[in-house]
Amino acid sequence: MPWPTGLKSLPPEPGIFGKTEREMQEAFLAEIDRIPGGERLRRCIQCGTCTGSCPVSYAMDLTPREVVAYFRAGAIDMILRSRTIWVCASCYQCTTRCPAGIKITDLLYALKRVGFDQRLFPQKFPVYVMSETFVGQIKKYGRNHEAELLRKYFLKTGVMRMIKQVPLALRLFRKGRIKLTASKIRGIEGLRKMIARAEQLDEPRLVEEVQPLTRAVGYQAIG
Amino acid sequence: MEYSYYPGCSLHATGVAYDKSMQATFKALDAGLIELDDWNCCGATAYMSVKETVAFTVSARNLALAERAGRDIVTPCSACWCVLNKTRTYMRKLPELRRHVEESLREAGMTCKFDLPVRHPLEVLVNDFGIAQLASRQVRSLKGLRVACYYGCQIVRPERALEEEDQEVPMALENLLAGLGATPVPFSPKVRCCGGMLVATFESVARELTGRLVEWARVEGADCIATTCPLCQANLEVLQEGGNGEGTAKPPIPAVYFTQLVGMALGCSEREVGLHHNMIPLKFEFPRMAKPTTRHPPLSPLGKGGNRGVAEPAPTTEAASNV
Repeated sequence: MPWPTGLKSLPPEPGIFGKTEREMQEAFLAEIDRIPGGERLRRCIQCGTCTGSCPVSYAMDLTPREVVAYFRAGAIDMILRSRTIWVCASCYQCTTRCPAGIKITDLLYALKRVGFDQRLFPQKFPVYVMSETFVGQIKKYGRNHEAELLRKYFLKTGVMRMIKQVPLALRLFRKGRIKLTASKIRGIEGLRKMIARAEQLDEPRLVEEVQPLTRAVGYQAIG
Repeated sequence: MEYSYYPGCSLHATGVAYDKSMQATFKALDAGLIELDDWNCCGATAYMSVKETVAFTVSARNLALAERAGRDIVTPCSACWCVLNKTRTYMRKLPELRRHVEESLREAGMTCKFDLPVRHPLEVLVNDFGIAQLASRQVRSLKGLRVACYYGCQIVRPERALEEEDQEVPMALENLLAGLGATPVPFSPKVRCCGGMLVATFESVARELTGRLVEWARVEGADCIATTCPLCQANLEVLQEGGNGEGTAKPPIPAVYFTQLVGMALGCSEREVGLHHNMIPLKFEFPRMAKPTTRHPPLSPLGKGGNRGVAEPAPTTEAASNV
């Protein structure tokens, strides 16, 4: 799928997408503060372990290391215009290996949420359509019915893509792996109430205390 | 032993073989798997991209249901395991988020203490039953089956399904299958991502990632890849066949669930473990054994890591004459 080169009507000066830079920055910083360990971003030493570990970094325009660098430079708009946050498979390899303990995957999740909230994606964007359809399924049935999820997803992102999937779908069906019937869970009303309430609640600030480095470092460490 | 069984949405559809092999394996071990009543979708990775508190709430409902049932939760789908476990961990670590989630749960009259552990069948088999017990109940041989043990991301990162295992080079599945007489091959990308949901959103990227896994398995001469996650298994099959049924130049490598292998070893039939659901058939006889095997020593001590697949696990002389 060719990556769309431009999002609709990009104004040349700072007020990108019609929102002020400041608004976006504030939304983003508020989001980042909510991730546990968000403050650790200050400790990034740009070692590049995250990029080296990332299995999809080859498909990114801004690598994970660069995302952290851009964030610290305040260039939020560059991050939100990049492909990175959408291609991330959330495999957590970067988070596991980061020597500074930065939770990069959670950072990219926060970025995805900002991207969705601020509508910073083109029309029929697969990642958005997938998430929305997925959520729709949960609100409708309480469970995901794969056949319906994929049917709706492909219909919304391009009928041609759906038609190309038909042979595969038939083979899966012949192997007994497609469930055609959909049914709601008994507690669907309760689930909907829970979701409605949770949507109303503000996202809490998840500030994790970052311990100061008390060990001697550098020349102090070797006396 | 009894467990609350959380299958997840996938296991009633594309992952039906995992569901069947789970039930068959646990039945063969005389363990009870009681499906969690009225469970809902865990939310997977998709909900977390939309709204955080809601995602945790949706997942927490299952933990509340499990608490009512009072048994440990076992969930085979690695993604579900990751989400449910992450919910439990975050609820215990972050009081403000917990307050919001508890308030949302109360809307449906539910509460949860988030004490009950969320477990994966690999960990349950290894810890609650033990490789020795499985080997003593083994009636079908896995000897000669070269298997690439693929853990995927979710049961080793960010949290471990098996407490002592190395996050980079786990060996529990290799030890388990070696203990049943199979031959695990060295498989370096055993914890690399298969692409997951990218198969729907960025198919070429998922194709590249699974391609790397399959190539490595092929180079090591694996007969099959044993997986722990329904999405990994689906990706490995679907993306290997050139997509939509076009044949590939090299013979495809079947992707099976590790519970299918364990179930067969414990005496279940091919239909009981759902081998007929696999798109790339596994060509292996699973011959009956004369007597139960004695336990093979593990390839490496649990928790010490290591990537040495040996050509043949060292058998004792008694086992060599039995098999």
